[in-house]
Amino acid sequence: MQLTEYLRKRLETRKILLMTHAVVGYPSLEDNWAMLEAMGEADVDVVELQMPFSEPTADGPLFVKANQEALRNGTKLQDYFKLMQRASESFEFPVLMMGYCNTAFTMGFQVFCENVSRHGGKGFIIPDLPFEECGQLFDHSLEFGLDPIMLCTPTNKEERLRKICSHGRGFIYCVARKGVTGESTVLEQSTEDFLLQCRQFTDLPLALGFGLSKPEELHMLQGKAEIAIVGTALLKTWENDGESAFKRHLNSLADARA
Amino acid sequence: MAFQTIIPSESGYYGEYGGMFIPEILRTTFDELIVAFNEAKADPEFWQGFVDVMRNYSCRPTPITPLDNFANSLDGNFKVFCKREDLNHTGAHKANNVIGQGLLVQRMGKKRVIAETGAGQHGVATATMAARMGLECTIYMGSVDVERQRPNVFWMEQLGAEVVSVTDGTATLKDAINAAMRDWAESMETTHYVLGTTCGPHPFPEMVAWFQSIIGKEARQQMLDSTGKLPDLIYACVGGGSNASGIFLPFLDDESVELVGVEAGGRGVDTGSHAARFYGGNVGIAQGYKTYFFQDEEGQMLHTHSIAAGLDYIGVSPILSHLHDEKRIRFTATADDAVISATKHLIRTEGIIPALESSHAFASVIEEASHIPEGSQVLINLSGRGDKDIFNIAEAIGDKKWEEFLRQKASSNQ
Repeated sequence: MQLTEYLRKRLETRKILLMTHAVVGYPSLEDNWAMLEAMGEADVDVVELQMPFSEPTADGPLFVKANQEALRNGTKLQDYFKLMQRASESFEFPVLMMGYCNTAFTMGFQVFCENVSRHGGKGFIIPDLPFEECGQLFDHSLEFGLDPIMLCTPTNKEERLRKICSHGRGFIYCVARKGVTGESTVLEQSTEDFLLQCRQFTDLPLALGFGLSKPEELHMLQGKAEIAIVGTALLKTWENDGESAFKRHLNSLADARA
Repeated sequence: MAFQTIIPSESGYYGEYGGMFIPEILRTTFDELIVAFNEAKADPEFWQGFVDVMRNYSCRPTPITPLDNFANSLDGNFKVFCKREDLNHTGAHKANNVIGQGLLVQRMGKKRVIAETGAGQHGVATATMAARMGLECTIYMGSVDVERQRPNVFWMEQLGAEVVSVTDGTATLKDAINAAMRDWAESMETTHYVLGTTCGPHPFPEMVAWFQSIIGKEARQQMLDSTGKLPDLIYACVGGGSNASGIFLPFLDDESVELVGVEAGGRGVDTGSHAARFYGGNVGIAQGYKTYFFQDEEGQMLHTHSIAAGLDYIGVSPILSHLHDEKRIRFTATADDAVISATKHLIRTEGIIPALESSHAFASVIEEASHIPEGSQVLINLSGRGDKDIFNIAEAIGDKKWEEFLRQKASSNQ
């Protein structure tokens, strides 16, 4: 099933969907697996697996540290794809590759797409690859049935939002605010306006991310976005309060979808 | 080959290098910067205003100094001249770019500037410009560099800048760039990012090279005026590539002029402990642009090493990568120990104290002296002065009296 179709199917029984995140190799591959099992149990709707990169320019402090530590732990592409394969075989949720452009470029865009596809990935999110630079990668992603997830931000002009949306497949990733990942976001009227603006340019489901952490925020987003993305907040819980707190946090978010 | 057209493509490419690999959040800011820069570039009064400020505030035009003693001490028969960028205000070519961007900031009406710095030269220059132009200023500097360059940190703070010590990654220049980018992703409405070199996403390589080209424009005319002909060879050290681009670009169309870029050979280019991207690097995409990077087979950036903090960087200007591939610029690398001895040599023969970065170019001339054709005119870009390196040079030389001084100073302050 294609990603968009899968999401729509899920939206028949849920008011909003939940996408979560893990940085592969941080805190460790074993911990990643425990996180993924918890996500499976909570029936999370989509999971993005981040391939660590030495220059994570679009990430905030916690993910910067996570990228760095994962690399220090010796995380290699091989470990990444192994985990991706295991996750996509074990759980119902589709897995997306998240990472930086150099990973795909260094592998070669075709080899990259082939690898994501072969290990069960359904698409990719690459924040430092604007559509002007995507040409070849897009061609290959079509070839391998992968969805490139495009990012819209509140600073983009209308004409650009239109173009971004026209290149996206799967769903559109809407960035709730300026800055990098992991700082708190207050859901304001402007966020709602921004989502409405994006909606004009696409029929794809809209995902909202950057700074979401609480079930109440998911409730508030119902009817405004189709997917809530929670990344940093969950990792913070794992770090500060451990695995069982992570599960509680995750389940509270999962429950907020009804 | 016509290099008059070293103008990037509309999407910011020089051959296959450059581009704009930026998060969408920054797109509008970059688009605005491109418009502002292109307008300034098309306005002859803007360039003239820049030249005037540089004359009144930064000792331009900097002279060309003949280095007869230095030349005579070498194994060859040729003349040597150096372009005195060390005489700029704040002691290096960095002032050219910083003042230029400062004037652009005024044109754009922004109130705050941020910058990354490695050796600290660009940070000091930016803080100086901000003080002069009445702008708020934050400087990002890797914590390793903060340790290496304490005097520069002191001056930046005295100039009113906030210095943020960056502990991410390798805690050096590249991490300072990432931190500055993150600041900008939140603050772009009021803030301009004064990138310090001819790297990063378009339009930075073009813009920084444009301001720095004042070096080569002056030098070309000065060589013609004083010797009646162009130099045969030009040497410049290459970190990010701003001083090299500055002196090289105005000579690109002079086919008789051989251009030599000198990278940091560190402990030797075969040791893996260096920063010579054209020796140990390959093409990648990071920090917003495509160029040669010092990286592993999976595209993760590697640790670089150089005795000169200002050359210790993973990437290199996309303009220079293009000219490398086109074989218009020849690249070589010089090791730390040769750099120290070249520094001592220049100090003793000419009474000029070069920055360790600039010493790379002198070391390369010393190394290549026996192959330089008789009667040639060699021009070296002396990109900065060496005062800032007093701790590192004294340590490398192993000066006992200096060590004793440091010990006494430390104990008397306790």
